[in-house]
Amino acid sequence: MAIWLTTDEYRKLAAVVDLMIPADETPGAAEAGTVDYIDGLLGAFEVDPPRIWAGGPFSGRTGGPAGFAEFLPLSALDELAWRTRIEGSLGIAEREFNGPVVGLHQRYREGLDSLGVDFVQSDVQEQARRLKGNEMFASLVYEHVCEGMYGPPEYGGNRNGIGWSLIGTVGDVQPRGWTDDEVSLP
Amino acid sequence: MSADAIIVGSGPGGSTAAEVLAAAGWSVVLFEKGRNHLIDLDDPTRLLGDFSNDEIKFIDRHFLGPDPFLEPRTFRTGPEDGDRIFAGSVNSIPSTVGGGGTHADGKVPRFLEEDFRMLSTYGPQDGAAVADWPLDYAELEPFYAGAERGIGVSGEAGANPFAAWRSGPYPMPPGPPMYGSTLSAAASELLGLHPYPAPGATNSVFYDGRPPCNNCGFCAFFGCPIHAKGDPVAMLQRALLTGNVELIPETFVSRILTRGDRATGVEYVGPDGVARSMDARHVIVAGGAVETPRLLLLSGFDHPLIGRNLMVHFQTIVVGGFADIDFHGERGRAVTHMHDDALIPDDASRRAAKEAGLPWIRGGMVEHGGPGLPIMEAKHYNWGPGHKRKMRESPYRRHLWGFTMQGEDLPVPTNRVDLDPKVRDVRGFPVARITYRPHRHELVASDHHGPRLAAILETMGAKWTSIVTSPGSRLGPGGRTEGLAPMSRHVMGSVRMGTEPETSVTDAHGRVHGLENVVIADSSVFVTASGYGPTLTLAALAARSASAMVS
Repeated sequence: MAIWLTTDEYRKLAAVVDLMIPADETPGAAEAGTVDYIDGLLGAFEVDPPRIWAGGPFSGRTGGPAGFAEFLPLSALDELAWRTRIEGSLGIAEREFNGPVVGLHQRYREGLDSLGVDFVQSDVQEQARRLKGNEMFASLVYEHVCEGMYGPPEYGGNRNGIGWSLIGTVGDVQPRGWTDDEVSLP
Repeated sequence: MSADAIIVGSGPGGSTAAEVLAAAGWSVVLFEKGRNHLIDLDDPTRLLGDFSNDEIKFIDRHFLGPDPFLEPRTFRTGPEDGDRIFAGSVNSIPSTVGGGGTHADGKVPRFLEEDFRMLSTYGPQDGAAVADWPLDYAELEPFYAGAERGIGVSGEAGANPFAAWRSGPYPMPPGPPMYGSTLSAAASELLGLHPYPAPGATNSVFYDGRPPCNNCGFCAFFGCPIHAKGDPVAMLQRALLTGNVELIPETFVSRILTRGDRATGVEYVGPDGVARSMDARHVIVAGGAVETPRLLLLSGFDHPLIGRNLMVHFQTIVVGGFADIDFHGERGRAVTHMHDDALIPDDASRRAAKEAGLPWIRGGMVEHGGPGLPIMEAKHYNWGPGHKRKMRESPYRRHLWGFTMQGEDLPVPTNRVDLDPKVRDVRGFPVARITYRPHRHELVASDHHGPRLAAILETMGAKWTSIVTSPGSRLGPGGRTEGLAPMSRHVMGSVRMGTEPETSVTDAHGRVHGLENVVIADSSVFVTASGYGPTLTLAALAARSASAMVS
């Protein structure tokens, strides 16, 4: 279930991300969990600690404890920055020391709205036309899709390492690292 | 509460100064405005585990700070731009315990002897304040050697024929060369150049209780998960272990307090937002070449050169595409080879200078390297049906190799840091405004050396090559202005040192003229920029200045 997106928004965003990285013989961006990555960011403060910074030093995928899964606590200033970035300034004085800030919540909600109520039912060509008509929103989503496709799975995307499998990389490698021969030889 | 010394900033300069003073028995309070993800302050033998191979955390989510919302900077190319053309992240070296050392891939070369006497060696340039330093290489060499031992530097003495003399070998041998570097080094040699293993602040063997680097590849922009990078955790750990240093993170020093010709302490704002003050016999400022002049200006210091002659390295980035070579640039410590030939004038560069009407040009150290981060690669491509094909073929991440030349940037008085008249940080203080445009020297040097670097890639078999610079000379897509601001985090020179108060802000030991118990211990004091990374030189200067304080 979505954390912050509504069910309709989740479906619409799934169609958007699959336009950006479509399924072929391998899964597309939706199946890879990029909508969950974005939803996890939009709903970061629904959990404690907020899902902003995964822990460390190791993920456990190549040895060591699974520290990425333990998200790091934010300081008061970190929380101010990320709440403002996500929720917007909302007229709250301490968030508007340099003026009002439009947050990701508003940008996603308005961006998805702009695509029309029948976006999911439209054919791919029509979907692409509408998305290209809102270049600012498309750029925002694509930034996040790239992060959700190829970043650590602990953030909700790159489900089962789908993104890394696609491009033949193993992602994080600590504490194994690379041997000298793996570094220096072809 | 009072201290023998308050140090502002816990990067390589502040940490080095703290170690020297604490070892002499001084009580030191070390303020850092960023968070602590580096070291257990209750048990400094224990290093923290917050750093990781996580591209989202370090590249996309500002983990090392500064957060551009909380602590923006502003930028303009000149007063004709108005108050600013951009606010956000500008030359944002990390704001965290450990400072810039935490994110760097740790290349720590020494300067050349002539870098300390540029005016005497090369002469003046119109529109620039080229000058000699008030000290020479020989005076700094023992501190260079000490900084290399203290940080833990790997390298090969004698491998670089242009290097200045040294009193001893590197503390450690070089680590393994990256595959791409072996190819680009061989091609460079074919063209008569002189590549050598990059001196690195990264352990190649167990050293100082920390493990050797295991080549994970998450080096530049990332903190080291296994603490194989010595800068600045090594100095910081030793300083804290004396018991004489209290490190206070998340605390912003907003003003140096003075009475007559002496500083008496500082005002600061802690994480609770409350302003307090602390007394000290000495105040050392090590916030970097943007935050240091900002603090002096916030404190009401009125020397007309504060903030002026800001230098960054003018970056010439030359890349080539190789369909048949997989460089696996994600393995290794980001840069394992460099060459310095562009720093040494030859007939061709003298001719290029003459044709451009300049007395001389000089490039900078050339770093051999290739990208390895998948999110960064993905964002280079367009979305749509072609995305997966691009990512599988990976022309950017797997099949690209190239060079970054850190070109010498001349000191220009109009390139400066001052206080933005309107934009504030989260605590309500004016932020640093950077006014910068390259001198014509940098553009001519880049135009001269860029094609020569492309020729190396062509010798390697590149199918195509491309040359870009930072700062760029044009607006980006949609009129974006960010590209006009330099990407380089090698910031220097905004509080220059010298012998005369009329032409410098500090003396040769970083002491502010007229306020001798205020010492600058970072790259702000650089007189010229050289074409080498500033870290080792600023650490050596900090050690020299702190040693003078305790002697």
